Amino acid sequence: MSRATAQYDRGAIEDFGRWREFTAGMWAWVFHKFTGWVLIGYLFTHIAVLSTAMSGPGAFTSTIQGLEGQAIVRVLEVGLLAVAVFHILNGVRLLLVDLGLGLEHQDRAFYASLILTAVIAVASVPVFVEGAF
Amino acid sequence: MAERYSSFAPGGTSWLLQRVTAAFLIVVLAFHFFLLHFVNHAADITFAGSAARMAEWGYYATMILFLVTATFHGVNGVYNALINQGLDGTTKTVVKWGLIVAGLLLIAQGIRLANVLAGGA
Repeated sequence: MSRATAQYDRGAIEDFGRWREFTAGMWAWVFHKFTGWVLIGYLFTHIAVLSTAMSGPGAFTSTIQGLEGQAIVRVLEVGLLAVAVFHILNGVRLLLVDLGLGLEHQDRAFYASLILTAVIAVASVPVFVEGAF
Repeated sequence: MAERYSSFAPGGTSWLLQRVTAAFLIVVLAFHFFLLHFVNHAADITFAGSAARMAEWGYYATMILFLVTATFHGVNGVYNALINQGLDGTTKTVVKWGLIVAGLLLIAQGIRLANVLAGGA
């Protein structure tokens, strides 16, 4: 019996104290949840910040440019990009799993998502921090 | 069965909508990041520039659909993640309606914002 079809009790993934025993698919689940929480939290924050447009064009532009003038915001934006890219790539992996495609490669697809996320995030650093330091 | 972890019971409406919105969001979130960080740099964003983009009906419609699908996908994802953690009974009902109200308020505020920007061009 191959590992992909093995039947055994892996226990509850919610029992995070067992993290040393987690498999690739379980880490993918944890990372997808974590990045999902960050993204929905950011969506509420994003709309709140952009809502300064309600106070007029000057308030909107000065808020955005004031935030973008801070180096810490630029660094956090790279983090947000990494979170979004991973959620997108692992999301593609999940859609393929749901369609029953490449199930035997789902662990490698997770590692590929991680590596591609890291490459895209690192390659984007110059664009994101330009003029901030 | 292959290693497969999902917070959703396959086959339900919530399960299907989560995946339909996912397929849309994969494209639009990537587009949004690319447009507002690589084509236009975030540091150069102004009210006039945002208003000009939002005055284009195709962009406006895409952003509204982006807002609605992202809110649904996020709020539905949070709800199902909490159910995974054992959310049940009255707390489940309260959390469900709390998330629905929060999601609707976010969509309403996002549409108001888009309208302000679209009217400012």
